[in-house]
Amino acid sequence: MRSHPSPRQVGPVTGRVTRGFTGKRRGQQGDRLPPGQYDVGDGWPTLTAEATPTVRTEQFELGVDGLVERPSTWSWDELLALPRSTYAGDIHCVTTWSKFDMTWRGVSVDVLLEQAGPRPEAAYALVHSSSGYTTNLPLADLRGGRAWVAWEADGQPLSREHGGPARLLVPHLYFWKSAKWVSRIELLDHDQQGFWERNGYHDRGDPWVEQRYQGD
Amino acid sequence: MSAIDEVTARPTAWTEARVVEVDRPTADTVRLRLEPDERQRHRPGQHHLVRLRAPDGYTAQRSYSLASDPDDPLLELLVEKLPDGEVSEFLAEVLEVGDVLEVRGPLGRWFAWDTTTPALCLVGGTGVVPAVSMQRAALRLGRTDLLRVVAVGRAPGHLPYAEELAAAGASIAWTRANVDGRRAGAPTAEEVTPLLAGVDVAFVCGSARFASYAETLLQECGLPPDAIRVERFGPTG
Repeated sequence: MRSHPSPRQVGPVTGRVTRGFTGKRRGQQGDRLPPGQYDVGDGWPTLTAEATPTVRTEQFELGVDGLVERPSTWSWDELLALPRSTYAGDIHCVTTWSKFDMTWRGVSVDVLLEQAGPRPEAAYALVHSSSGYTTNLPLADLRGGRAWVAWEADGQPLSREHGGPARLLVPHLYFWKSAKWVSRIELLDHDQQGFWERNGYHDRGDPWVEQRYQGD
Repeated sequence: MSAIDEVTARPTAWTEARVVEVDRPTADTVRLRLEPDERQRHRPGQHHLVRLRAPDGYTAQRSYSLASDPDDPLLELLVEKLPDGEVSEFLAEVLEVGDVLEVRGPLGRWFAWDTTTPALCLVGGTGVVPAVSMQRAALRLGRTDLLRVVAVGRAPGHLPYAEELAAAGASIAWTRANVDGRRAGAPTAEEVTPLLAGVDVAFVCGSARFASYAETLLQECGLPPDAIRVERFGPTG
């Protein structure tokens, strides 16, 4: 489950060269870095728009509802009892940092969807957090072994700042899609914009084609 | 603060901007004033992207908050020179008046003040920049009564815009210097609580460590979490 690098891309061929700029970070990681991103190394920046909430595992609940046959919820213990899987690979934040070679553990969203049973007309998801945060993405991006609800990063329980006790993990899209403090995945037949998307960010957010903002 | 959500998202595009002023407010920051080909009006608190391009097409981009008042035709950015910072080092050491940069914005309509909601800024270090834009707008509109600013710096001489902010009524808290009878230290609940009377939204901007402190402090002072908007930068462990 390693992320798949796309062919090396540099910026558009048009555009003025900045006098005196040659770039320092290029080449070190070659094809693994999406365009416009840099390798943050060992750091892991925190980006959050709201005050960091405290979600106690005793109160934790995750739901999958909307256009499903069987609206479902899991408590913390029930979530941990599901079959687990691992993502080993890179993550990319729209603020231009990428972090390589992370290891995440959690449950594949496929497992949750299998229990809930998406109806045929379900085509999009609106993901909710207990903080009130929302983000939207095509349902296809949550399926096929490419998305998780994760509670462990690099061998440690996910910290509160990084979305603990559990967050969505969709590493092939910019990381704002990987909602921290995830509480609910709502399936819809239409694309309904979430928090950052209403505030000008892209509805899909593929880092390899730089879908950062509305209009990209 | 529903007004922001009522603004239609206007797609932004890359444009070019000429450097018209460069100076160094503190030892590790550089202030840039840029004249863009197209200047889309911003809301105080928003940011712009700056993109650098090498001869072979390699690019690097970063986002910087605007210090400009929305009426200012120029884009004013403050860049903190980071150790080994690919973009900040270039902007601080190589860039000269007359150079041309690619820019895009304004962006980020969440961390933005609508200039009508009573607000408090609790900002630290180079996180003061969006508060500068907000305060300049409040001064122009004659509504400084709507905006309270608490800026936190290490010691005099180390906080960009400190004089400008203080002259317009901001409280400055020095963490490592005793100044005018105030003991060195982070702002306290006793200092901040009176400033929150009538405030509907708080803007926190600074390092990850500063933002965590500020969020906790504001909640201790009785502000509900959903009234706090946060912009944090810099790596954490």
